Amino acid sequence: MEIPFTSKPRPDTGIYNSKVGIWLFLASEVMLFGALFSAYILLRVGAPEGTWVHGLLNIPIGTFNTAVLITSSVTVVLGWASLQVGNFGRYKFYQAITILCALAFLGIKSYEYREKFLHHEVWLNHKIKVKHGHQEVETDRIIGHLEYEGHHQYFWNTKRLKGTPEEKDKDGKVIKAAVPPVESFKMIPDAFHYTMTPKELAHARKESAGVAHEEIEIKASDVKRLSAFVPSHSTYFAIYFTLTGLHGLHVLGGAIVIFYIWGPGAKMWKTDPQRYMNRVEVSGLFWHFVDLVWIFLFPVIYLL
Amino acid sequence: MQATTHTESHKGAHDAHHHHHEPGFLQKYVFSTDHKIIGIQYGLTALAFLFFGFLLMLCMRWSIAEGANAAQIKDYVIRPIPLVGGLLEKLLGDVAPKGIMSADLYNSFGAMHGTIMVFLAIVPLAFGAFGNYVVPLQIGAPDMAFPRVNMASYQFYFIGGVIMFVSFFIPGGAAQAGWTSYSPLATTIPTHGQAFWLVGMVFLISSSLLGAVNFIATIIQLRAPGMTWMRLPFFVWAQFVTGFLLLLAFPPLEAAGVMQLMDNVFGTSFFLPTGLAVGGRLADVSGGGSPLLWQHLFWFLGHPEVYVLILPGMGVVAEIIANNTRKSLWGYKSLVYSVLAIGFISFIVWAHHMYLTGMGTKISAFFQTTTMIISIPSVIILTCLFISLWGGSIRFNTPMLFALAFLPMFGIGGLTGLPLGFAAADLHLHDTYYVIAHFHYVVAPGTIFALMGGIYYWFPKMTGRFMSEFWGKVHFVGSFIFMNVVFQPMFIQGMAGMIRRMADGGLNYSTFKNPGAVGGLGADVMNMHKIILIGAVCLGLCQIPFIINLFWSIKNGKKATSDNPWGSTTLEWQTPTPPPHGNFDKEPIVVRGPYDYSLPGKDKDFTPQNQA
Amino acid sequence: MSDHSHSTEAHKHSPQEVSKHVKIYIGVFLALLVGTVVTVGLNAVHFDSIKLTVAIALFVAVIKASLVACYFMHLISEKKMIYVILGFTAFFFVGLMFITLSAYADLPANTVTH
Repeated sequence: MEIPFTSKPRPDTGIYNSKVGIWLFLASEVMLFGALFSAYILLRVGAPEGTWVHGLLNIPIGTFNTAVLITSSVTVVLGWASLQVGNFGRYKFYQAITILCALAFLGIKSYEYREKFLHHEVWLNHKIKVKHGHQEVETDRIIGHLEYEGHHQYFWNTKRLKGTPEEKDKDGKVIKAAVPPVESFKMIPDAFHYTMTPKELAHARKESAGVAHEEIEIKASDVKRLSAFVPSHSTYFAIYFTLTGLHGLHVLGGAIVIFYIWGPGAKMWKTDPQRYMNRVEVSGLFWHFVDLVWIFLFPVIYLL
Repeated sequence: MQATTHTESHKGAHDAHHHHHEPGFLQKYVFSTDHKIIGIQYGLTALAFLFFGFLLMLCMRWSIAEGANAAQIKDYVIRPIPLVGGLLEKLLGDVAPKGIMSADLYNSFGAMHGTIMVFLAIVPLAFGAFGNYVVPLQIGAPDMAFPRVNMASYQFYFIGGVIMFVSFFIPGGAAQAGWTSYSPLATTIPTHGQAFWLVGMVFLISSSLLGAVNFIATIIQLRAPGMTWMRLPFFVWAQFVTGFLLLLAFPPLEAAGVMQLMDNVFGTSFFLPTGLAVGGRLADVSGGGSPLLWQHLFWFLGHPEVYVLILPGMGVVAEIIANNTRKSLWGYKSLVYSVLAIGFISFIVWAHHMYLTGMGTKISAFFQTTTMIISIPSVIILTCLFISLWGGSIRFNTPMLFALAFLPMFGIGGLTGLPLGFAAADLHLHDTYYVIAHFHYVVAPGTIFALMGGIYYWFPKMTGRFMSEFWGKVHFVGSFIFMNVVFQPMFIQGMAGMIRRMADGGLNYSTFKNPGAVGGLGADVMNMHKIILIGAVCLGLCQIPFIINLFWSIKNGKKATSDNPWGSTTLEWQTPTPPPHGNFDKEPIVVRGPYDYSLPGKDKDFTPQNQA
Repeated sequence: MSDHSHSTEAHKHSPQEVSKHVKIYIGVFLALLVGTVVTVGLNAVHFDSIKLTVAIALFVAVIKASLVACYFMHLISEKKMIYVILGFTAFFFVGLMFITLSAYADLPANTVTH
C-alpha cells in the first residue's frame, strides 16, 4: 500500500501531504505562542507597581543571538535552493551551518540562563544605604551577586536562609544531611535597580561602569524575601523562562529533525529526490516559524 | 489522478516490501500504522476508560446518597461503599478509612471523573476511534495521510491515560481541583496529583493535536477522485470541523497547562494573585499573577471542546438516520454550513462560563449574544435530522433506536443550556446540579447514545458479524430509561439551589440538619439523591448485556451476508469485510452524492457513491 | 486530473529562477539584520513616551516577521488551501487575543486583577 501525494502534489490542491500537515501544525503553534503572548501582555499590564522587571537582560548577547538565528534561517532556504538545482554538496554545507547556528543559539541561551541563576534580589525589612553610581540612595531592595563563605551562590531563596533539618529514612539512616541556617551573607550590589525608568537605568549603568562595588553584609534576620532571578522571582521572569524555554525546546527539536534529514536520512536523496526536497522544505518551514517567534520574543522580552 | 497514484507506487522500495511477509502480532496489533487497527485500539481503550469513569461516578453517587440517608440515622453515620469500599481502603489507604469515602477522595474522583470522561473516553472514542476507522474509508483513501503520526497519536494518548491512572496511587492521590483545575486552588492543594494531571494533559493535548493535523490533512489530500467537498458524507464534515476545533483550541490550554505546571513545580505566580494567603498565612510566592487568565485560557478550549464532544455524535446520527429511513438527508447543505458556522462561533462564546467572575457588562453582553447565536446552527442541524425522518419507511434496528433517542435527548440538553447562556439566569443556576444535568444530557444520552449507535452500525464492517439485535434493544431500552432517571431529577435539584461538588450531597445545607432554615435544601430535593443512585446502578447493569454482546459477537454474532449488509451508499461499505490494509481493492471513483437512497428508476433502494 | 505531468513541472524550478530566488533570500537576510540593528538602536534612544517605544518595536518586528513569512516561508506565492488554513487561524488568534484583552479592559472599576 502506498499513500498518495507524499512526493508529488495533489492536482486539485496543488500541494503535497506533508506541506498541509506542517502548516496545520504551525497553525496550532501560532495559537500556543499566541496564548503565551496574551499571558505576557496581561501579566505586564496587571503587574503591581515596581514588580515588572526590565533592563536586566544582556542586550548585546541577545542581539547577537538574534543574528545567529536569522543566519540559520537563511542557510535553510539557501540549502533548499541548492537542492532545487541538484547541488547536494552545497545543501550539505548550508545545512551544516544551520545546525551549528542552532547549537550556538542554545549555548548562548544557556550562558544567559546561568548568569541569571547567579544573580539575586533581596527585599529587606528596613532601608539601607547603597551606592547608585556616584550618589548614595536609601533602599530596601537590592539586586546583585550573593556571596557566602567566599563563593558566588546559585538559586538562593528565603527558605535556604532558614536551613533544613536532617532527613532520615525508616531505618534511621541519613538520606539528606542537614543544611545549617545562614546568619549573614555578603551582597555585591549592582548600582541600579529595575524599578528605575529606562533612562535612569541607562544613566546609572554608565556612571557605575568601572566603579568598584563595595560588598555589604546582610543579616538573615533583616531579609524579608530573597530570590535568585529564577522563574519564581517575579511574573516577568516566570514568563521569560517559560517563553524562552519553550522556544529553546522548539529550536532543539527543529535542529534534531534537520540533523536527521541532513545525516542519516540523506539516503532518500538517491531513492526519492522529490520527497527528500519536500522533507527539507517542510523542516525549513518549521525552522522559519521558530525564527519568526524569536523575532517577536526578542524586542518584547529584552527591550520593552 | 489515478495515474498519479500509480506512478507513485513504484517509488519508495523500502515501503513496498511490507507486502512480502506477514507482520508479527506486535506489528499488526500494537505498533500498527493501519488506521483501522489504530481506530480499534482507540475504541477499546476509550471504552475501558468510559467504564472506569462510570465506576468513579458510582462511588461518588453512593457518597452523595449517604448524605441523604445519614439524616435518618442517629449521629449522621455514613456507611462504607458496598462491594468496593474495602478494595478502595486497601488500594488508596487513609483517604478511604473503613471503606468510607473521604471528602478528599470525593474531590479526586470528581475531578478525575470529568477529566477521564471528557479527555480519555468521549473524545478518543468519537474522534480517535470512529474518526480513524471510518473517515479514510468514507473518503475512499487507502489510509491516513501520515500513518506513523497516527500511531504516535495513539501512543501519546495511551501514555497520558497511564499517567492519569497512576496518579490515583501516588501519596495524596489524584488531582482534586475539579476537571477545570481553577487556580489558585489547583496550585495550593499540597499534593502532587495536580502535577500528574498537568503532565498527563500535555500528553493528551499533544495526542489530539497530532490526530487533528492528520485528520484535516487526510480529508484535504486523500479524497478519492470525484469526492468533491459537497459529496463528503456529513460524518466526514463533522470530523473535519472537529479537527479544526482541536487543532486551534487545544494549544492555549497546553500553554495554560505549562504555566500552571510552572506554578506547581517551580513556584511561579502566573495564576497566583498578590497577597494570596493559604491556610491563614501569606503564601511564599511573588504574586502578581491573574487567576482569571487561567479561566480564559481553559474555557477557550473548554467551549469548543463541547462541540468536539457533540459534532462527531451528530455525524454518526446523520449516517444512521439516512441509512435507516432509506432516503436522502433533508438539507445536506444546511447541515454542512451549520456545522461550519458552529465551528467558527464556538471560539467566541467561551466566557459564558465566567459570568460570575465579576465580568464587565459590555463583554458579558457580547458573550450572551454570541451564545444565543450559536444555538441557531445547532437547532438547524437538529431540525434537518428530524425532518429527514418525515415520510421515510424507518427500520427500527438498534443503531436507529439510539440515533432516534439522540434527537430529543440532545434537544433537552441544548435547550436547557439557553438559561445558562443569559447572565441573569446564570447567576442563580451557576455551579448547581442544573448545570450538571444540562451538560450530561448533551454528552451522556446525547453523544454516548450516538456513539453506541455507531458501534452497532459499523460493527458488521469491522468484524463481518452483527451484534445481537435482541440484547442491543435491551441495552437501549434500559439505558434510555435510566439515563433519564439519573439526570432528570438534577434539573429540579439544581433549581432548588443544590450546589455541585459536595461530598455529602448538601447534608450540611439541608433542612435535615437545620430544621426550618430558610432556603435550606428540603427533604424532597435531598431524597432525589437516592433515586439517582438507584438509577445509576441500574444504568450500569444495563451496560452488561452490551459488554457481553460486544465481545461475544466478534466470534459468534450473526454473519453479515454481504459487504454492505445495511444497504448503504457511502464508500466504507464498498470495501471487503473487514477491509484489508490499504482498504480498497480498486481505487473508487466517486460519481454521486453521499445519500442517494430510493432513487426512482433504480432496481435497488440505494445507489453507492461509486456506482453510476 | 490526468495532466499530472503539468503539476510536476510546476514543482521544479529552473536554475535561473533559483538564482533569482537566492538573490531575494540574501536581500531578506540583510533586511532582517538591519531591522534588528534598528530595533536595538531605537531602544537606546529612550523616547519619553512608552507607547511610542512599544509601537516602534512592534512595527519593526511585524515587518521582519512578514519578510520571513512571505519569502523564507514562500507565503507570497502559496496555494489557496494554505491561505484558507491560515485565514482560520488568524480569525481564532485575533479572537483569543482581542476578546481576552477586552474582557480585562471591561472589568468594573476597582477590580483587582493581580
